[in-house]
Amino acid sequence: MKIKHRVAIVGGGLAGLRAAIAAYDGGVQDVAIISQLPPVRSHSVAAAGGINGSLANHPDGRDDNWEKHAFDTIKGSDYLADQDAAEVLAREAVPVIVETEHWGCPFSRNEDGTIAQRPFGGAGFPRTCYAADKTGHALLHTLYQQVVKRGIKVYTEHLVLTLAVADGRAVGAVVMDIVSGEVGTVEADALLFATGGAGKIYAHSTNNLLNTGLGMAIAYWAGVPLKDMEFIQFHPTGLWGTNILMTEGCRGEGGYLVNNQGERFMARYAPKAMELGPRDIVARSILTEILEGRGFNQGGPGGGYVHLDLRHLGEAKINERLPEVREICKNFAGIDPVYQPIPVQPSQHYTMGGISTDINGATVLKGLYAAGECACVSVHGANRLGGNSLLDTIVFGKLAGQHMARFVAEQPLQGSVDKLLEEKKAEVERRFRELFDNPGTERESALRVELQQNMFHNVGIFRQADTLEAGLAKVRELRERYRNVKVHHTGRIYNMELIRAYELRGMLDVAEAIAAGALARKESRGSHARRDYPERDDQNFLKHTLAFHTPEGVRLDYSPVTITRFQPQARKY
Amino acid sequence: MKEFKLRVFRYDPEKDAQQHYETYTVPYREGMTVLEALLWVFENLDGSLAFRYSCREAICGSCAMYVSGSYRLACRVQVKDALEGDTVTVSPLPHMRVIKDLVVDQTKLWENYARVKPWLINDEPPPERERRQSPADRAKYNKEIDCILCGSCFSSCPSGANNDEYLGPHALNWANRFFVDTRDTADRERLEIVASEYGVFRCHTIFNCVEACPKHLNPTEAIQNLKKAAMAYKLGLRK
Repeated sequence: MKIKHRVAIVGGGLAGLRAAIAAYDGGVQDVAIISQLPPVRSHSVAAAGGINGSLANHPDGRDDNWEKHAFDTIKGSDYLADQDAAEVLAREAVPVIVETEHWGCPFSRNEDGTIAQRPFGGAGFPRTCYAADKTGHALLHTLYQQVVKRGIKVYTEHLVLTLAVADGRAVGAVVMDIVSGEVGTVEADALLFATGGAGKIYAHSTNNLLNTGLGMAIAYWAGVPLKDMEFIQFHPTGLWGTNILMTEGCRGEGGYLVNNQGERFMARYAPKAMELGPRDIVARSILTEILEGRGFNQGGPGGGYVHLDLRHLGEAKINERLPEVREICKNFAGIDPVYQPIPVQPSQHYTMGGISTDINGATVLKGLYAAGECACVSVHGANRLGGNSLLDTIVFGKLAGQHMARFVAEQPLQGSVDKLLEEKKAEVERRFRELFDNPGTERESALRVELQQNMFHNVGIFRQADTLEAGLAKVRELRERYRNVKVHHTGRIYNMELIRAYELRGMLDVAEAIAAGALARKESRGSHARRDYPERDDQNFLKHTLAFHTPEGVRLDYSPVTITRFQPQARKY
Repeated sequence: MKEFKLRVFRYDPEKDAQQHYETYTVPYREGMTVLEALLWVFENLDGSLAFRYSCREAICGSCAMYVSGSYRLACRVQVKDALEGDTVTVSPLPHMRVIKDLVVDQTKLWENYARVKPWLINDEPPPERERRQSPADRAKYNKEIDCILCGSCFSSCPSGANNDEYLGPHALNWANRFFVDTRDTADRERLEIVASEYGVFRCHTIFNCVEACPKHLNPTEAIQNLKKAAMAYKLGLRK
């Protein structure tokens, strides 16, 4: 199998699809999407609550504009976002959202026929455009429809395993056709990674079961730094038990958070914003309630929880605005939120950090781009606002695709890279054989569970030096034990055990970057909450963490934050 | 219940002469889903088992299977609701070529979807802001857009089983979604597609798709709507 295109997009979620469309519309007819899944099965599909843009359609949002959106994003980021990038995000929001509407995206509507908007956490105005509580599904299908319309080639169930770099330029990749098991090569003038987050490094994650962060690991192995990896978002309201996302839209529509005393406890933590505080603050507030004995199921299996109460919204509003939440609660928890409160606990949700890129999605490795959750532009900084991730995917997916179209026109590959690609392919096949022939007794699935528990408990919501050190040591121990992982199933066709064992190597390296970055950042900022350093320290840590891969493990470096118009100030809600 | 039997369809073309079932004993946990049971077997007993999964919350459409005699999303159906005696039987979606175990070839599902031009068609230059649409008009396709393209309806349809050139309930569901959208201007083009040899008139209103759909959609109704319009168009009653 030899795949060759001008532009290769790795990943078929929102960022990848938007980039493919932009590259195509920018004049590169020869663009292909290489995706582990059929595109509509990507995890963008599970995004629920909405996408932010200052359309000012809501009666309470008439004074909204892109500057206010940029400010809320930067304040939400605890001033770690690059402000020039956050400005682009906010300024481009209205046109990119309108564009998806022109493509047929089924947004919910106001009486006057405009796109409906709802309040979301950390935002000064009702700014979040929605399609009931299935906005990701609506957007993903819409963009996939545009890909089908353009006849853009999609290689589904093809997993990219490693990059090929020649003279400081990404020129291709090694790929496996999951269905046949065949390993082959990809040659491209430019590649974009849109491979999603790394949520499955953690236990108790809202993410799908495939978000292992392999794309981040591949870029990292190829010498591209991962930026701000220690910033992991915990969503306040994962459904207790399964940790399925209960959208922020629940609180946007007026839902309450209630402890075992019947109190709306957010009054203690964010007296003005209440339930609509930003996610880092609300998640910590919930956990504090549980840790101080005011949760339900204290000490019980599955951990404590608080109640997300929607009952006062009434059946009609829940059916109209939150139908999927009701359906999920019925199917996965056996409760009906019309009549019962929903048990929720903070759950790993989003990777703020990722492959370091500039505003055009370009990485330091020429020819390699990244967009979406696997990338870090950075616009989310230390804490992402709800409704900004869908926006991030389509704004920066589009900009990256446009930039790639220009790049490949100006700087096409010169000469043959066949020999390099064949070498890289042989390397991967050697690694597979090592996994098959390994005399060891370690199992991929057991190591994976240990990693997930370790990250959740030691590199979780509240952090401090001793647990972070233990967490980092555990990751390194697991990496040693990984050498003894044996893959028992040696068949080629749809070999899930082989894929998962390969992914685990990437998960361990990405986990190390997260834990090391967290240990070194001796302050509290956004989602990174240190018990031993409870204050933000702009003097020493108003800077991005850059994690570089070395044969010995992670090496950390730092880079400045771009400040344009908003000087850092205390963050109150 | 401490444990139960998971009876799983197995076929590995690299080594199996025949398709067969294998039965595993799985420890039961309250609330356990069939997908969790499959993952438990995969992680603890048999790494050679192949099945598709992703979101585990019934929105991505990966894990549609035939579970104890019904079309189900493995991630959503609970073990206790799929037991026949002490056994849950899991088979791949019927009428599709088995690639390995529970993984089937869905090429035709995607091809047929693309054949109905599943995108909004409107050649007029768009306004600077959104095209306006009243909540009532938006509601006209509220059901159709919930489709997750899991393939259950396509697999369950007897007309499709006889001839997979038949567009199928999933594709026609999407055709109707755009047909009724007030922003779409391609009525005639769409009717010509759905009234073609492999379109709506091959639907014999058997309602299997309605029963199979995990999202409670009604593809039969969508098809009937297109059928009525296509009939009027063919008779010259509609332009």
